[in-house]
Amino acid sequence: MIRRRGPLTCIELVELVTDYFEGALSRRDRRRFKRHIAGCDGCTAYVEQMRVTMRLLGHLREDSLPPVARDALLHAFRDWKAATG
Amino acid sequence: MAKEAKPKPQDPDAALVARLKRGDESAFMELVERYHASMVRVARTFVASDAVAQEVAQEAWLGVLTGIDRFEGRSSLKTWIFRILVNRARTRGAREARSVPFTSLEREEGETVDPERFLSDGAWGSPPRPWEGQPEERLLASETRDVIRRAIDALPLAQRRVIDLRDVEGLSSDEVVELLDLTEVNQRVLLHRARAKVRQALEDYLGGAR
Repeated sequence: MIRRRGPLTCIELVELVTDYFEGALSRRDRRRFKRHIAGCDGCTAYVEQMRVTMRLLGHLREDSLPPVARDALLHAFRDWKAATG
Repeated sequence: MAKEAKPKPQDPDAALVARLKRGDESAFMELVERYHASMVRVARTFVASDAVAQEVAQEAWLGVLTGIDRFEGRSSLKTWIFRILVNRARTRGAREARSVPFTSLEREEGETVDPERFLSDGAWGSPPRPWEGQPEERLLASETRDVIRRAIDALPLAQRRVIDLRDVEGLSSDEVVELLDLTEVNQRVLLHRARAKVRQALEDYLGGAR
């Protein structure tokens, strides 16, 4: 998918962002990646937006539990405890 | 017991494990608060309805209660709980004949960013506008969360599972690979496609109002 030689292009770089974050790029591709974003505002913005996206995804965890589900599990716990002594 | 099981010292839930083993209700409810909503969402990618996903998550909690005495801390408590969940959801999904092979089906190919946005030499023609000017309150506002949720819900199931476990729930790549029987490469591909689509949804939403 990506060319072996020469500098990365933007359309190639955007497909490598997760590999970059995950440390899955070869040393050489990592260097090409960094060299490219150092001189490219569009890709810098793209990479930054992927970072923000990941951060905001992490905040979804704070979504609260519906009381109905909470009560059902509380009852399940009490039943279980009563049954096991 | 001859040998003492060594819980990983870095498991932030180690104290909860001990309390749960003693049958502590508040420890159980703390875990429920923390993981149940995610568990239902992950279960939902294996089964056909929200109601069944709720049921599966509840069953998984019973599995947690009956199994906690055997939990030795070889994985984190969170991973262990999600493993129980995924196993039950998978079994239930198979019974419903809705089991989706993880890697084969829904294989998508191609670009994650609209190729129209690039010039013929591969450089940006229509680059993203930086979000630096976006106030943090807007990024964290409930409307923005809804945009993200809707984007996740629209993803193919395998991508949804991976992004939920990795980015929402914060499991490690190793943990998710093991949990979902994926190869590392496959997991990264699914994660990348999922993130790219959520980013695009955010760009559509945030970009419009500047």
